[in-house]
Amino acid sequence: MPESRLTGSRIRERRLALGQRQADLARAVGVSPAYLNLIEHNRRRIGGKLLLDLALELDTDAALLSEGAGQALVTGLRDAADRSSDATPEVERVEDFAGRFPGWAELVVAQARRIEDLERVVETLSDRLTHDPHLAASLHEVISTVTAIRSTAAILAETDDIDPDWQNRFLRNMREESQRLSSSAEGLVTYLEAGSDRREMQVSAADDVAALVEEAGYHFAPLESPAVGEGEIAMMLERAGTLRDRGARDLARRMLVRYLADARAMPLHAFRTSLTNTGHDPARVADGFAVGLDAVLRRMASLPAEDAVPPRGLVVCDGSGTVTLRKPLEGFPLPRFGAACPLWPLYQALARPAQPIEQVVEMPGTDPRLFLCRAVSVPRSASSFDAPPVHEATMVIEPVDETDRPVVPVGASCRICPRETCAARREPSILGMRV
Amino acid sequence: MGKQVLLIEDEPNIIEAISFILSRDGWSVATHANGETAMDAVHRHAPDALVLDVMLPGRSGYDILQDLRANPATADIPVLMLTARGQKKDREVADRLGATRFMTKPFSNAEVLTVLREITGGG
Repeated sequence: MPESRLTGSRIRERRLALGQRQADLARAVGVSPAYLNLIEHNRRRIGGKLLLDLALELDTDAALLSEGAGQALVTGLRDAADRSSDATPEVERVEDFAGRFPGWAELVVAQARRIEDLERVVETLSDRLTHDPHLAASLHEVISTVTAIRSTAAILAETDDIDPDWQNRFLRNMREESQRLSSSAEGLVTYLEAGSDRREMQVSAADDVAALVEEAGYHFAPLESPAVGEGEIAMMLERAGTLRDRGARDLARRMLVRYLADARAMPLHAFRTSLTNTGHDPARVADGFAVGLDAVLRRMASLPAEDAVPPRGLVVCDGSGTVTLRKPLEGFPLPRFGAACPLWPLYQALARPAQPIEQVVEMPGTDPRLFLCRAVSVPRSASSFDAPPVHEATMVIEPVDETDRPVVPVGASCRICPRETCAARREPSILGMRV
Repeated sequence: MGKQVLLIEDEPNIIEAISFILSRDGWSVATHANGETAMDAVHRHAPDALVLDVMLPGRSGYDILQDLRANPATADIPVLMLTARGQKKDREVADRLGATRFMTKPFSNAEVLTVLREITGGG
């Protein structure tokens, strides 16, 4: 088993948490302080008896020191700690916590995520109250009518010697304004009631579709048979439990319509054969089927993993970098909110439209992993002359064991990326204290 | 002959009500309902005071106020701003642009009369 790079860091964290001096610990396990120092800074590998002795002295598990608690769990906990402004969790003992109480740790992480989700909802809602033009206009209408009614009513009530013509006129105005008030109040109520649907859509339509894609692994078997049409899509949408409103269904329909078009242009069996014959070269496959490279990349991601087919992830984004379609891949985290790593070939492709990019990247971690990424950015068909082009970048991701090509170090997103000195860094990492 | 007030407001029934109470209080009242041509109306009437709504068709009351204050001929006219929103932000904008007073809808008739008397130095 390969020794973890970070075993030393964990030993150091644990020792500091216990308040032990390096020299004392070194003496207890029978090595020199200098040697222990090298171990703690990950300059010497460690295993076997020394690791067991250290674990005993540090009152912990050897496995916890060498493997650490689940990396995702620890990252989640650090993220939660970082977000909290009031509490002061013992961040230096996070591995210890996650290792000893995995269940509680998971609960903390799950709650932190839930809070983040809810904060987004609140943000969206308050945004809506401030910027919703329909709501602002309705309220303005209500206030205007109330103003007219109040002022007119006061005149009628307080002017003793009012001329009958004026009196009639003001009574008519009052009736007019109160009719207007009741219809605008009614409209407002209808709008606010209908708004409960829209609210959910604004927050989660994209999430709903992401859940649908993830559940299916971006392989929709019903759309693979030759005779199906859009009727099948309607039925699938009907059945899909993850889509909670019309907005989400519309988004999902668009995604499925495109899937169907890809499947028709490149039927499953012919596509597999073509991949094999071209040595898995998407460009030649695209030529063979006379389709765009982006369609081939999507189609590759739609193949279920088998012996000859590696599991593949897929990310599609628009010109703003916003992810519009995602199929997650183990070991290649796709951030749910906020921007991802700008070094992803996906974004490089966006900067070089129509130029296909093939790149091996490394995801950091205790056990760094390599992925082959293929990306291309293409303009979506223009709706009219002189309209600005709308680009869409597509990237398919597959794990590779080794490579003789140059490897680009990337991350998931800056917040959880340990690459301190990265030129593309835009915010500090919450893992900063670790290195 | 009383002082003249120009009311710039686009809601006909509000215009009618305010005109009525101002006239009975001794004011000579002129009205105008369009934001775009409001400046012309001010120059034409040369009123002693202005009641100016913020939300007007064509041009916002804030823009009109800004023009008024920038022009020496109209810079000193007392202006009572009317707005449907009473948020701090609106009040700040009105203050910054040089509104003499600021009042949120719905208002009471008596309040309008009192404020107008105050800002024109009458009693």
